Amino acid sequence: MSSSSEAPALQGFLRADGRKGIRNCIVVAYLVECAHHVAREIAGSFRGQPVHLIGFGGCYPNAYADRMMNKLCTHPNVGGALLLSLGCESFNRHRLAENIAKTGRPVATVVIQQTGGTKKSISAGKAWIEQALQEIAEVPRAPLRVNELVVGTVCGGSDATSGVSANPAVGRAFDMLVKQGAAAIFEETGEMIGLEDVMSARAVTPELGQQLKSSVEKAAYYYKEMGHASFAPGNAEGGLTTIEEKSIGAYCKSGDSPISGLIKPGDVPHKGGLYLLDVVPDGEPRFGFPNINDNAEIAELIACGSHVILFTTGRGSVVGSAISPVIKICANPETYERMSDDMDINAGKILQLEASVDEVGEEIYDKVLDVASGMQSCSESLGHQEFVLTYKAFEPIGPACLPV
Amino acid sequence: MQVEGKSQKLLRIHRADNVLIVVRSVKPGDREVIDGHDVVFTQAIAIGHKVAARDIHAGEKVYKCGVPIGSAKEKVPAGGHIHLHNLKSDYIATYTLDKDHVFVK
Repeated sequence: MSSSSEAPALQGFLRADGRKGIRNCIVVAYLVECAHHVAREIAGSFRGQPVHLIGFGGCYPNAYADRMMNKLCTHPNVGGALLLSLGCESFNRHRLAENIAKTGRPVATVVIQQTGGTKKSISAGKAWIEQALQEIAEVPRAPLRVNELVVGTVCGGSDATSGVSANPAVGRAFDMLVKQGAAAIFEETGEMIGLEDVMSARAVTPELGQQLKSSVEKAAYYYKEMGHASFAPGNAEGGLTTIEEKSIGAYCKSGDSPISGLIKPGDVPHKGGLYLLDVVPDGEPRFGFPNINDNAEIAELIACGSHVILFTTGRGSVVGSAISPVIKICANPETYERMSDDMDINAGKILQLEASVDEVGEEIYDKVLDVASGMQSCSESLGHQEFVLTYKAFEPIGPACLPV
Repeated sequence: MQVEGKSQKLLRIHRADNVLIVVRSVKPGDREVIDGHDVVFTQAIAIGHKVAARDIHAGEKVYKCGVPIGSAKEKVPAGGHIHLHNLKSDYIATYTLDKDHVFVK
């Protein structure tokens, strides 16, 4: 194992709140769909530079989306933010700008109606970014230890190989990260259905165990109301038959560490350990499916502080993300052969009995450190910066969710 | 993890499992020894899919990774392909596209 007792010397971007990033990007954030085009034109003119497009399309207010945008714009990988407002939407742009400014980051708001329309807003936004890029180049660097990293995991485009090769290998990498003191986050309680008892037994306290179990029961109820499990046609084509079967595969990503807490989107773990992210809204089902696609989950993992995302796929997903790099771990050897340009790790060799789960787990761990030290992941170098944020509703977590 | 037979095509993940995983695609006519019984496959089965490790009765729970993943809708003989046609969720029904690309349960 390349990471012995000697922690590797990574260099992070030091933020005023003491948190450290592994990237230093400017986010261009539209606050309603009506400002999306202007934001995209601005971000698009900085191709190849660290300028990422994010946003919320809704015109009606939503506490979840507000919190997500606040957490994302002050993520340690973010050096500054340009907000794009049409001018009449409900999003509280004043408070968002204030919150970002309080963290010492450069921030500006372009209100399209006040600035004089599309062309003038694009040109004002571009001019601000030119200068902000110079400003964030001065952000101090500081040693970053593995125990300061937050790593999230998600699976997408799963097939029946995911749960046998890539997901268990991520589980081993998670065990190594947790052992080194990092915070590791797994998610999608809708893909824990059938495993509520097995999982709750791993909680560090019985009260947390009960919370974990309740979160899965909530997910089972919610998805039943939606009339559809977290299951796509490609999952079945790839050999998965039931949601329970998909769950087992998804669950393997969590590894074997004790579960230290249950968090909700925007909750940042304050110490190392393994955390379950509850992505299913609270209360009666509203606004539709919990997460409309994989990127909605990735955005939530990033809002919880994830510096880097471990994405397992069997069918072959190509997505990346704004703000935090996505590392692709391909479960299916046939998919890997077809789509190797998009894949960072070939876990399919486990199925071909050419590598053990432990060996691929170590390879993933090493890749996390490489990407944390600045090396681009495949999706990152291909320019993938997908992002989506929709309406949801959550109650805050209770004291049993984060036992000391 | 233990590979059944000599061809390294089937993988048993957990000793309590009554299904095996196809790790190298199976073609019609391929032979495998499963739990001491000679099985000849009558259809192609893709990588990742499941086959019965022994005769499974209608209504019996199907186990993968030592955990139940649903119940058999009908009897499945040893070596039979286990999928949507003969296995159902004990929680939420699986919807998928049929061969005519129509969304079905």
